[in-house]
Amino acid sequence: MSDIYLDNNATTMVDPAVFEEMKPYFCEQFGNPSSLHNFGNKVGFALKKARKQVQDLLGAEHDSEIIFTSCGTESDSTAILSALKAQPERKEIITTVVEHPAVLTLCEHLETEGYTVHWLEVDSKGRLDLDKYKSLLSDKVAIVSVMWANNESGTLFPVEEMAQMAAEAGVMFHTDAVQAVGKVPINLKDSAISMLSLSGHKLHAPKGIGVLYLRRGVRYRPLLRGGHQERGRRAGTENAAAIVGLGKACEMAAEHMEFENTQVKAMRDRLQEGLLAAIPHCFPTGDPDNRLPNTASIAFEYIEGEAILLLLNKVGIAASSGSACTSGSLEPSHVMRAMGIPYTAAHGTVRFSFSRYNTMEEVERVIEEVPGIVAKLRKLSPYWGEDGPVENPGEAFAPVYA
Amino acid sequence: MWDYSEKVKEHFYDPKNAGAVEGANGVGDVGSISCGDALRLTLKVEPETEVILDAGFQTFGCGSAIASSSALTEMIKGMTLDDALKISNQDIADYLDGLPPEKMHCSVMGREALQAAVANYRGEVWEDDHEEGALVCKCFAIDEVMIEDTIRANNLHTVEEVTNYTKAGGGCSSCHEGIENILTRVLAENGETFVAGGAAVPAPAAAAAKAPESPKMGTLARIRKIEAVLDSIRPALQADGGDVELIDVDEKSIYVNLTGACTGCQMAAMTLGGIQQRLIEELGEFVKVVPVAKESLVSMGA
Ligand SMILES: Cc1ncc(COP(=O)(O)O)c(C=O)c1O
Repeated sequence: MSDIYLDNNATTMVDPAVFEEMKPYFCEQFGNPSSLHNFGNKVGFALKKARKQVQDLLGAEHDSEIIFTSCGTESDSTAILSALKAQPERKEIITTVVEHPAVLTLCEHLETEGYTVHWLEVDSKGRLDLDKYKSLLSDKVAIVSVMWANNESGTLFPVEEMAQMAAEAGVMFHTDAVQAVGKVPINLKDSAISMLSLSGHKLHAPKGIGVLYLRRGVRYRPLLRGGHQERGRRAGTENAAAIVGLGKACEMAAEHMEFENTQVKAMRDRLQEGLLAAIPHCFPTGDPDNRLPNTASIAFEYIEGEAILLLLNKVGIAASSGSACTSGSLEPSHVMRAMGIPYTAAHGTVRFSFSRYNTMEEVERVIEEVPGIVAKLRKLSPYWGEDGPVENPGEAFAPVYA
Repeated sequence: MWDYSEKVKEHFYDPKNAGAVEGANGVGDVGSISCGDALRLTLKVEPETEVILDAGFQTFGCGSAIASSSALTEMIKGMTLDDALKISNQDIADYLDGLPPEKMHCSVMGREALQAAVANYRGEVWEDDHEEGALVCKCFAIDEVMIEDTIRANNLHTVEEVTNYTKAGGGCSSCHEGIENILTRVLAENGETFVAGGAAVPAPAAAAAKAPESPKMGTLARIRKIEAVLDSIRPALQADGGDVELIDVDEKSIYVNLTGACTGCQMAAMTLGGIQQRLIEELGEFVKVVPVAKESLVSMGA
């Protein structure tokens, strides 16, 4: 039996058709797109086509609004730092406590440099308080940065509405849409979003290629200065093969959008339903009614996530966890903590994330394997009795901090 | 994913002595649920001989926490309490053919559960004297508390000094910003401000050796001086259950044997760095402290 990959929010397989498109750009069409000769010229045309493919997936009005970068993280940094540089009189940022580290860590760092960061909190289902958000918008705010979809729970934020509110207040709005692009329909020309980040490797393009969408007319300062590539907005010779691959991947994502929101969603729903039915004391995290079609994040109480992942891996199932131990940090996922999930459950969250390459047979196999793994670890847990949690788990086992 | 040894995997996939021991007369609960690792160790001790007849564990935690718990119970069964208490966290890690630096705390938890269970058996109250901070330097497994304490104890002011005393920051440089933040915080306690700067580029070993040229000491005087420095450090080591012994001295190298608790990787790194720094200061020349005897330590000296 082959292994089952359910960690598509971490990264995806490069689609074989994408790989095919990329191949000529290594040993044959290797020219520099800026060059005048034939070697470079053809590459220039290929980039133009790719830019159009990205534009179409995003529903952007102009292809010049697409800036190729090296990854999602670079796009996020470029967007936020650009807004600060271009509007030096504005010293405030609005973001959320559940952002990906690409935004979170940058904003924490900016706090140490004297910027004021307003951290929007979330409720137990990972939802934002829009009234609170509205009250923070002012002409002191340089940029709002709110993710479109959360990478851990899959929860979607109402970014289109929030962008509109920001626009009304005259504030730039950036969204980290790394998890959303290719999974939910996006139409930027009908939105008020100023900037958007995406990352190729989350939608079956290779790693190390990203895009910053920059709405026409939005004030901008480049992060990397140098050559005139990307109209001087991102210097550095283009990663031509990866850009071509990303273009193809965007085209394919658009073709599969319906599949993603029907078939892929059905697999995700079946997995969640099967696991909840078979395993006591587990629950989905985030907002199950408003989330990515491919993501199920399930908290298995009284056990720890890394241990679950290792046992899953042993039977050929790949998933990921928000436990502290998987990342080597001392705290469980900031996303789970922000939603107020107790430690005994937060450490035991497992994220299953699908792609169009998964199958229903795989789902059934996972539903068969997981209950035994959870039971095995619960047998080892000091919080678990004969066939259920011990009474008053918090009191029955209250270890001394070590 | 972590680079776990076969032994760790073995004890995780197929743990020994899982569950509470029937008729246990010593129980130790340690760990922290917020950190995601907690362990209950139950012991059945024969009262006359104080031999551990049986040991069992219940662990909430990751792969290495479960493996460390399993290893611990295997190690202590059949031992007397006094012998069992001599087991260090490094012994547990060694039994498992090593643990990744981020996971060494799992072995610490094992040792502390044992201390807690023995205290419980003896009717004593076990006090946790161990404080663990967030891991700062991943290359040498040095945590925040260790760095803070060392800065305070030695009045350090630069990242370079922190590296010399603790080894933290001596590897990949990724934690330099973190160390600067700690320095800023700790120095602020005394109203001092941390100034970054100083040498941004590490001096090559030869330049570092250019200590003030003092009149050359005779061999005997030099060795006496070295002994005196080691003597002054010794009480601190012994307080932690360790010791240091001078083995040999040649031109630039001073060979020592570290024993006891200081041989744990984290402590050894700090101890060696600290001893070397003191010797350089006292002798007024560059010397290298080279650990000998225990094989694992020789490679660390470089
Ligand atoms: C929401 C989100 N933002 C940003 C990133 C970073 O993207 P990249 O790995 O391309 O830098 C990720 C990837 O994990 C993500 O999930």
